[in-house]
Amino acid sequence: MWQYTLKRIFQGIITIWFIATATFVAMHSVPGDPLSSERATTPAIRANLEERYGLNKPILEQYALYIGSFLKGDFGISFTQRNRQVNDIIREHFPVSATLGILAVTFAALGGVLFGALTALYRNRLPDTIIMFLVILGISVPSFVFAALGQLLLVNINNLLGFSLLPVAGWGTVAHMLIPALVLGMSTMAYVTRLMRSSMLEIIHSDYIRTAKAKGLPAGRIFTRHELRNAILPVVTVLGPAIATITTGGFVVELVFAIPGLGRFFVQAVQQLDYTVIMGTTVFYGAFLVTMVILVDLLYGWIDPRVRVQ
Amino acid sequence: MSSPTGAEEGFNRSASRQLALYGVFAVLGFTLLMFGLNFAAGLTSTQVGGVAGAVDVENNEITAYIRQDPPQLNTTGAADAISGIVLGHIMEGLLRYDEHGDIAPGLAESWELDGNRAIFHIRDNARWSNGQPITAHDFEFAWKTTLDPATASQYAFILYAIKNAAAVNAGELPLSEAGIRALDDHTLEVVLEQPIAYFDKMVAFTTYFPINEAFFRSTNGRYAADADTMIYSGPFKLTSWVRGASLRLEKNPYYWDHDRIRLDAVNFAYITEDTNTLLNLFKDGRIVLADLTAEMLEGAMQQRWILDRFMDGSVFFIDFNHRPGRVTGNLNLRKAMQLAQDGNELVDRVIKLPGYLPAKSLFPVWLKGVERTFQEEYPPPVPEYNVALAREYLEKAKQELGLAEIPPLVMLADTSPVATISAQYYQQVFRKNLGLELVIDQQIFGQRLAKMEAGDFDIVLSGWGPDYNDPLTFGDYYASWNLNNRGRYLNPELDAQVRIGQSSLDPRERMDAFGRIQQILFDDAVFIGNYERGKLYATDPRVKGIIRRAIGAETDFTAAYIDADGR
Repeated sequence: MWQYTLKRIFQGIITIWFIATATFVAMHSVPGDPLSSERATTPAIRANLEERYGLNKPILEQYALYIGSFLKGDFGISFTQRNRQVNDIIREHFPVSATLGILAVTFAALGGVLFGALTALYRNRLPDTIIMFLVILGISVPSFVFAALGQLLLVNINNLLGFSLLPVAGWGTVAHMLIPALVLGMSTMAYVTRLMRSSMLEIIHSDYIRTAKAKGLPAGRIFTRHELRNAILPVVTVLGPAIATITTGGFVVELVFAIPGLGRFFVQAVQQLDYTVIMGTTVFYGAFLVTMVILVDLLYGWIDPRVRVQ
Repeated sequence: MSSPTGAEEGFNRSASRQLALYGVFAVLGFTLLMFGLNFAAGLTSTQVGGVAGAVDVENNEITAYIRQDPPQLNTTGAADAISGIVLGHIMEGLLRYDEHGDIAPGLAESWELDGNRAIFHIRDNARWSNGQPITAHDFEFAWKTTLDPATASQYAFILYAIKNAAAVNAGELPLSEAGIRALDDHTLEVVLEQPIAYFDKMVAFTTYFPINEAFFRSTNGRYAADADTMIYSGPFKLTSWVRGASLRLEKNPYYWDHDRIRLDAVNFAYITEDTNTLLNLFKDGRIVLADLTAEMLEGAMQQRWILDRFMDGSVFFIDFNHRPGRVTGNLNLRKAMQLAQDGNELVDRVIKLPGYLPAKSLFPVWLKGVERTFQEEYPPPVPEYNVALAREYLEKAKQELGLAEIPPLVMLADTSPVATISAQYYQQVFRKNLGLELVIDQQIFGQRLAKMEAGDFDIVLSGWGPDYNDPLTFGDYYASWNLNNRGRYLNPELDAQVRIGQSSLDPRERMDAFGRIQQILFDDAVFIGNYERGKLYATDPRVKGIIRRAIGAETDFTAAYIDADGR
């Protein structure tokens, strides 16, 4: 087990290094750099800027410096927000994205498992048909549509009531969190529902359930201990990457609900070719994703002893 | 599938009961998690994100939005529109723009422009937000810091009118050689490279704002990184800045003209560019104004909202690549393209955004001439839309270039929605009317500029915004020495006019020069106007005196006030 864990961690580090290198190469091979602005820079101004940011050094030396400072945990200073550390940007805005992401994933997991189990119980009957129709909607409609619709609905409800039931946008209180989290988790929930349903159906027809029923175990116990627990396994596998993609992919929802998450700064940085912020956020997100995948693999072994590697 | 048996029915009922129980736990758990995370984040303050309404009559404050987090509030480098909005409230320079866009005294109560020497007399009652006096030394320090090569200011060039400034910025001369000197606490002397008529207008720009040296040094390089690492010379002071979320501005009691300021606080409580979100916030009574797009217009009329419009100052146009070897260097080809498009169609039929105007000239409609607007005094020549004539020019161009067909032209454009439809529009128009093929090369902003810089294009959808309220801010765009002239247009005749605009002190002579530049650009088919960007916006009827304009802070609440029964 320990050996396996160590191996996975080592693989993870290689992956992160690869992400960092690939980002560095990609970033430097697109035309332009963070110093170009609408107002053309005179040679003197450009020289001053290059000196300050170390862009006048050979590219390999810049690469070495980047990797060196990464190892020290320092992502440098942003080019566009000129007295802000990239570390500060991540520290201040990632918790917001993470809060939203955790809520969304929790909503998706709880809702998905519930609805998945429900549809499996009532397979091919009305609840199943209705829920599966909604699931198709949930999977195929992109989150920005849900975001816009959700917000519009809120405005109309607030107008109808004559007071603010829930805030339309913004961040800072519990009331601000609910709608964005639901919107963000919607498609994952739909996906989990479908997964849970097929997984349940497979298990319901398996031999050990028949045995359990035959030996007269109470229905509740069969359902919880044998069906749910076994059916949940594949769901757990997708949750790790889902946490990562939801947390990192909340850009649109963050924009629509004016939430100060990291996603906005990440997308902005790419648009402005803000080298340090691109590198910092990409490597951070990459590391986050890799960590999640490793954690899920380990968790998987914990839930299901059969997959534990010797 | 078999129909459910009785036993199965019983099993399902029991399982459903179990599931319902889980459902209750799930909702409870989710709620708990929400409160837990909220507690953990320490975000429990109601200030952040703005829970209050758009207008708070009791506390005499209003709530608005900004499109992005201000990239930087350090005036040695800040020059973007977003930072400009915030800085326009919290800082003031020697001079400022009043509500009509005219130059008015700011921290300087009077000034003299005498040849290449300018003297500014700073008020006795000019105070920083911490109560300390604002002196001429604060200006000397700020400007010299901007010019210091170690500061690496991107906008240092705006100070190059000052004697030796360019050489100092290049590190060729020491800082002390720059023509900026505090004669005493209240007198600032500026020596210019050459006499210029519009220096007073430049002085109102953000880069010319003061910085207190002692305070600057006390922040250990974190000046203007937070609300508390800055002191303020303007009508408001920044009391809270939650990055990406909100800014709160409170009235600065030490501001010299504080009686003019009628609001006690302005909250920029929402930071997003999403126009639908902003409209929803406006409908919900959370913000005092919101920009409208075409599809929102009808709803706004039905609601009888108070609508207003302003030009944000920028002009967008087709720029050609004049470098040797490019077919676009050919006058007749450019003329053909000039005649083959209808100057109004793009705005009226394609973009259809309220507030946009067709760009008839490099010099936008709002610019002032000698007495009236520049365009009133010097009406821009309008190209006739004449496809037959355009084709004749095209034939001439082909002969001159010795080409049977014009090869496909690369049209560089941004990735914004408006740039995208504009590019597609021109591709269609030139194909239909001239049989010209345009290959659209869409690049994000920075990459578009890099490709322009490298000359990697034939035509480009370009744009330009003003720095100061004088036609020169547009007029020198095509000067051969101007680095922003990325198509490398070169015309000694135009250069001569630009020099008149730069050095003449006679307003009439200067405007005549800009008028001739306008004519040259038309005759030489250098400039094909696309649009002038404007915005239509709705305001809360209870708030009066909101200023929106092309020069200075784009949105300005310094003259705004609450009129609670206003309708």
